[in-house]
Amino acid sequence: MSEMIATSGVRPRQLTPEEIAEIEHEMTLYPDKKAVGLEALKIVQKHQGWVSDESLLAISRYLDIPAADLEGVATFFNLVYRQPVGKKVILFCRSVSCWIMGCESVRAAIREKLGIDYGETTADDEYTLIPVPCLGDCDNAPVMMVDEDLHRRLTPEKIDAIVAAYKDANDQGKGA
Amino acid sequence: MAKIIVDGVEYEVDSDNNLLQECLSHGLDLPYFCWHPCMGSVGACRQCAVKQYKDADDEKGMLVMSCMTPATDGAIISIKDQQAVQMRERVIESLMTNHPHDCPVCEEGGECHLQDMTLMSGHNYRRYDKKKRTHRNQYLGPFISHEMNRCIACYRCVRYYDDYAGGTDLAAMASHNHVYFGRHQEGTLESEFSGNLVEVCPTGVFTDKVFSQRYSRKWDLQAAPSVCTGCAVGCNTTPGERYGELRRVVNRYNSEVNGYFLCDRGRFGFGYVNSAERLKVPVRQGDGQQEELDANEAHQLVQRLDGKIIGIGSPRASNESNFALRNLVGDDNFYAGVSAKQHAANQLILELHRDAAFHVPSVREIESCDAVLVLGEDVTNVAPRIALALRQSVRNKAKELAESANIPQWQDAAVRELAQEDRSPLAIFSNYASRLDDVASDTVVAGNQKLVKLGSAIAAELAGESASAGLDEAERELIGRVAQQLSSARRPLIVAGSSARSMELIKVGANIARALGKRSGNVIDFALLLPEVNSLGLSLLVQKDKDLSAALGVMESGAAKHCIVLENDLYRRAATSEVDAAIAGVDSLIVIDQLATPTSAKADIVLPATAFSEHEATYVNYEGRAQLSYQVHRNHSAARPAWRWLCENPAQQVEELVDRCAESVSAFKGIASLLPDLNSMIAGMRVPRQSHRYSGRTAMKAHVNVHEPKQAVDSDSVMSFSMEGIPASKDATVLGASWAPGWNSNQSISKFQDEINGKLKQEHCGELLLKDKQASGDFFNVTADQSDANNGLEVLPAYQIFGSDELSAHAPAIRERMTDAYLSLSPQDAEQLGLKHGQGAGIAGTDYVAIVCIREKIQPGTVAVYCGTEINPHDLPERIVLNANADIAERGIRGLIVSDLLEESY
Repeated sequence: MSEMIATSGVRPRQLTPEEIAEIEHEMTLYPDKKAVGLEALKIVQKHQGWVSDESLLAISRYLDIPAADLEGVATFFNLVYRQPVGKKVILFCRSVSCWIMGCESVRAAIREKLGIDYGETTADDEYTLIPVPCLGDCDNAPVMMVDEDLHRRLTPEKIDAIVAAYKDANDQGKGA
Repeated sequence: MAKIIVDGVEYEVDSDNNLLQECLSHGLDLPYFCWHPCMGSVGACRQCAVKQYKDADDEKGMLVMSCMTPATDGAIISIKDQQAVQMRERVIESLMTNHPHDCPVCEEGGECHLQDMTLMSGHNYRRYDKKKRTHRNQYLGPFISHEMNRCIACYRCVRYYDDYAGGTDLAAMASHNHVYFGRHQEGTLESEFSGNLVEVCPTGVFTDKVFSQRYSRKWDLQAAPSVCTGCAVGCNTTPGERYGELRRVVNRYNSEVNGYFLCDRGRFGFGYVNSAERLKVPVRQGDGQQEELDANEAHQLVQRLDGKIIGIGSPRASNESNFALRNLVGDDNFYAGVSAKQHAANQLILELHRDAAFHVPSVREIESCDAVLVLGEDVTNVAPRIALALRQSVRNKAKELAESANIPQWQDAAVRELAQEDRSPLAIFSNYASRLDDVASDTVVAGNQKLVKLGSAIAAELAGESASAGLDEAERELIGRVAQQLSSARRPLIVAGSSARSMELIKVGANIARALGKRSGNVIDFALLLPEVNSLGLSLLVQKDKDLSAALGVMESGAAKHCIVLENDLYRRAATSEVDAAIAGVDSLIVIDQLATPTSAKADIVLPATAFSEHEATYVNYEGRAQLSYQVHRNHSAARPAWRWLCENPAQQVEELVDRCAESVSAFKGIASLLPDLNSMIAGMRVPRQSHRYSGRTAMKAHVNVHEPKQAVDSDSVMSFSMEGIPASKDATVLGASWAPGWNSNQSISKFQDEINGKLKQEHCGELLLKDKQASGDFFNVTADQSDANNGLEVLPAYQIFGSDELSAHAPAIRERMTDAYLSLSPQDAEQLGLKHGQGAGIAGTDYVAIVCIREKIQPGTVAVYCGTEINPHDLPERIVLNANADIAERGIRGLIVSDLLEESY
């Protein structure tokens, strides 16, 4: 792949051995390197929390995919984060079922409790709130996901308890 | 022949095409966006909907996308059906919800495909009154402006830039209503063909930045059919002028040469025409004094030179100017203004042209070749448009696969999906890694000696001789593979030329092509690349032994009293000391040129010449195709076409000169047919250079005089500097800017084509001069020169699309993309010499300093030298010694695009 010499600009970072091992594994599952782009982005995000420009260029270099094409993939999927996110990501459903069941009041509760709205991260880098179209759990609306945990039948009151529970878990983790 | 019925009218169609293409071929108006004649269909925009009926009894029909529906025999469709009409209108309406109301300030306005289609679809009232989505625009370099808010997401830009032209730095980002077409980060678009985005984009997302700086509407530009003078391909262009300034260059369709696309040198390299450094008046100079001469006096001076005169012609001057100089000085005193080596290569190439075993293919023919071997050429930087064609040639494999899978060729996405990375073979043997390597099946980067050795082995293999002597296992395998690919191809192609400055390589190319021909009994496609617009035309006018060394010898010896140099800088053609000595040997040196050069600085008399857009002229391209380039605008200084200084009659008409050239030089026999006959035009009316909407004619000189001046008369051609006459909408013989009612954009070209992608209706593809073939020759006996490998590094010439051409290197936009002179070294040699990337290095025995560029793939023992505008390549010996020289801190090679730079060099 040709590239223009520029004296300034971002250079790729070094991928970690773990990242490389996982990407190499994915490469055995696909016919060509190009196909591994999305998986590689997910792997890097898993390890780094998000995909920085340096990381994107590193993957581009490693898989020989043009940075522009890889950026196309990364920006197509809104769960590939091209900006830093908090330690926990709240995927908040705002589709029609959740809206009917009052998700806006839950959103207000989050805003009150954590001080963040859609696309924002708390000052302590603990939470990022991202709206999603549907989590496929409409009969339990309103719903949201915090990392891998699904929280159902939300009410503004429940938000306090959820946040407190995560804080406890976090503190315990630190204690141990 | 298949037949379809469109709105009750029967049309004959080619059932291999889709309905949209056939409707357009028959001149029907059917709106479209994502479809492009060169890129096929993807059905992305839903704009070309028509009603299709099962049979004559079907009254309901169903809506189909005409670009995605084959034109099968018996198909019955309706464009006018109310449902289809309404669908097309609604599609535009939905696109328009995000399109700004900025036509008055948009550079695309007046030649916008989106405007045309909107009007055609009948959508003329916007109901949507909500917020539009907005985007941030990117800086994309000196050529292209970016205005993403105008985007209608037809995806044509990335389909052209990535899929067609092989660019890697433009992509579609994000999704749904905020899709974004841009680069990963702001920065210069890297493709050498980025300028075509301006014409490919159906609206004003990508616009011509150079044109924007001095902008005019399309209808206000004075335009005429022209030929690009940037290289030997001879692409057809339409330059546009306003207020005495050349404003822009756009593509002019020629089915055989450039089709729909130009390279960026051709599109943005015209700026020197407007340069303040243009020579404007004839001068007599010497002893630091300059005296202006009256033009007629200067003309007389040239005509009345006494004593022996020699003339030095030029590969960047027209046939007419070279011919006029030859007439003035006599055949025996007319010399080619190219180095001895180049002249010898040109003569060899000419000989091969005439060989019955070979055919030099047109750009279009190159696209249809299905196995290619490139020998020693950096095609992207020497003949860029051909590189774009080679990139299409590797897709023949995909087309083949599609055919066997019963997928129509125009189903672009399906054909690409099917082929994935499967490509037709393209082997590139070159001095340094090239920009086509990403689609090459095999690449060899080496010095000329090794390339000759490997090439000879391929020729031997094809001729059934033993080819393995002196080759290692990997090389034997490579030779066998390439020979097999070439011999099993339907239409193999060998590309060679003069760029590597090796006669042996051209001969090896000929041997390979000849061996292929003997095997198959076919005439073999053999593309022979030359450096300059009229390299071949000049070679046809000059005797075999009259190269520049001979001329300089005559001058130095004092045998010639006067020397006339035509549009040429001798310091680019021969060693500085030789030129100095030669100039010292003549009484007077007369230089005719457009810009001042080191040669004109030494002249006794300097005569200003008009530039390509200021005169009518013919040029002969690399395939021997003579093409006529019309004058676009007048030069208001004392500059004259060079031939007018050289002909006895100062009122000499160019067409007479073309006729005389055709009569007196046998190779030019066919050239007279290029001249359109005024009598064959309607009522003898001239073809206007100005559109019928040309505005301000009575006002544009009002600051000087409120009386409208008489329009200038063009005595040279069938065109006029006026709006009156018969425009090209009636007859495309002389087609400058294309326009048809309802079709203001360049897409109107379909109205002038026999069929989509076909010839223009009044076919004018130029005239092939070298059609008469002689008996086919014999194999060349090639021996690689065994130069002393112990002393220094073998010099290999490197080229840059922006910078290697003398005139375009003066264009401001091109200058922004030029790099300084550099030396490409292998990591091993650099380490041994203690040279670092980006550092300066001095060339021993000269005063020259250049920047070191360490590249992974350079063969150790060789150095690829890009001379830029700083180094006279003829001052360099064949092998050079380098030493570290730090005095170069200010210069840079930023902007150089390479594939094999070492990571630590960034």
